[in-house]
Amino acid sequence: MKKNLSWNEYLITGLIIVSGYSAILFVGLILFFLLREGLPSFREVPLPVIFSKRWYPIEDYFGILPLLGGSLIVTLGATMIAVPVGLSTAIFISEIAPRWAREILKPLIELLAGLPSVVLGFLGVLVFTSLLRRALDLPTGLTAFTGSFLLGGIAIPTIVSVAEDALDAVPRSYRDGALALGATKWQTIWRVTLPAARSGVVTAIMLGIGRAIGETMAVMMVTGNAPVLPVRLSMLFSPVRTMTATIAAEMGEVASGSVHFHVLFLIGIILFSISLIVNVIASAVVFRQRKRSERILS
Amino acid sequence: MIKAIIALMKILHWLIIAGVTLSLFGCAIHSTTPGTGKPQSESAYIENKGSDTIVNLALAWAERYQQLHPEVRISVTGGGSGTGIAALINGTVDIANASRKIKPEEVEKAGANGTKPVEFVIARDAIAVIVNINNSIERLTIQQISDIYSGKINNWQELGGEDRPIVRLSRETNSGTHVYFLEEVLRLGQADNKTLFSTDTLLLPSSEGISAEIRDNPNAIGYDGLGYVTPDMKMIAVASNEGGEYVLPSAETVNNDTYPIARDLYMYSNGQPVGEIKSYLEWIFSSEAQQIVIDLGFVPINPP
Repeated sequence: MKKNLSWNEYLITGLIIVSGYSAILFVGLILFFLLREGLPSFREVPLPVIFSKRWYPIEDYFGILPLLGGSLIVTLGATMIAVPVGLSTAIFISEIAPRWAREILKPLIELLAGLPSVVLGFLGVLVFTSLLRRALDLPTGLTAFTGSFLLGGIAIPTIVSVAEDALDAVPRSYRDGALALGATKWQTIWRVTLPAARSGVVTAIMLGIGRAIGETMAVMMVTGNAPVLPVRLSMLFSPVRTMTATIAAEMGEVASGSVHFHVLFLIGIILFSISLIVNVIASAVVFRQRKRSERILS
Repeated sequence: MIKAIIALMKILHWLIIAGVTLSLFGCAIHSTTPGTGKPQSESAYIENKGSDTIVNLALAWAERYQQLHPEVRISVTGGGSGTGIAALINGTVDIANASRKIKPEEVEKAGANGTKPVEFVIARDAIAVIVNINNSIERLTIQQISDIYSGKINNWQELGGEDRPIVRLSRETNSGTHVYFLEEVLRLGQADNKTLFSTDTLLLPSSEGISAEIRDNPNAIGYDGLGYVTPDMKMIAVASNEGGEYVLPSAETVNNDTYPIARDLYMYSNGQPVGEIKSYLEWIFSSEAQQIVIDLGFVPINPP
């Protein structure tokens, strides 16, 4: 019996080790594949063309700036919507709502996170674009903002769920201490609980942004996909084309090994780098935070 | 962590059970199919893929043909002309649907891959230029449509309409309809014309995307196959040049060649078709199959 148990344990430990290392292996393989397929585009397309403002691949215009700008402006808009709403929801659920409301709200929001984005895109096309066009008197409702709005909706459950966990993990004694010193509930939340949970909250925001920048289907359906470089913030209300939508729309048709194929992989490399940068910043913030709190404690 | 693994194993377990049950079920249904009494081994499977313009037509044909010949199974998928031809070149489909002629470089690539596409013109199609039902514009010349899409005309007022900005809608660049429209309308059919779509042209991934926006937005102009136009949109009468006759697209005007934006629709088989693929393609030219072409809003190749 005892032998059996240790064998079981050995197996499980082995499985965990393999899955842990396999993550590194897979990321490495993905990076290798992306680089192998994407880097030839630098040889085939001159740099000034890659950094030009015209994307029309069937006539060999491979300017990726409009796509990069499109992705950035949509993500920026989504962040501006999702962070305030997501954080306030997390604070409400963790700090203000009574226990019974929390038991209902948290699972509901996590359920929302599982909603397929294509369903949101469908709602966006049928309802939101028309409302937005009429409300703001725009030429068309298929704009970057429509994409931001849907992406915000997709990112909010992620942000709420992770941030709420972080707030919940702040020890009860912190709040009790603040309240005992005469701080109001609001002061306790803003000055004590939120700073104490900062690393978890930053992680939540970064995960939300990561979710938003990689999202494809909903964005492709509602942003209009016009490859125009957004140069002003007001262009949030005009159509844009994102990197993810470009890959999704064009990868199916492109002949493998062609210049267009390589440029699409180059866009993949850029997306990969962006999420890498977001993650590095997030972990740097979390790491610095921990070091400071350790200093205070010691 | 261990909990998660156990949960995962449980899920796997159920998936396997579900899979086995389903496949057993599938077999059971399969063996009791009321066939024509022929043994199962003679059943043929035809894979058909390509142009989104043709997908509804190909589906209707496949459905009818499978009713007539229960021993043949036909699977139809869309994805665009380029996707279909690429699949034919790679040998993963039996018939590719295309709303444009195969390109020379595709023929070359097929040769290198050891496949030999054989062309069949299976129906004709008109590209209808469509606007919102409330748009007052009735007719345009091809030159005017070209100027709209290249960005020279930006307001409906310039064409005698209301003071509204023009929102240009197009299919994605992988659509055969897009390429056809670029060559025949935007570039007026001139090979040395290098006009491009205005960058702010909205590239929508589906016909449905275009229809939805046209229905909703009075600023929009779009184009799509005649088969996709519904009565809640307005078709524009088109003339090939100023002073010419403005013609609305219909089966009649396409067949007597008066409507200027019309094209052939193709199916490509790998090599001269044999067996079930041959019989299927032959059936497509029958009057019954060509009646389906009419029912779906396309134009038949040989009117019944």
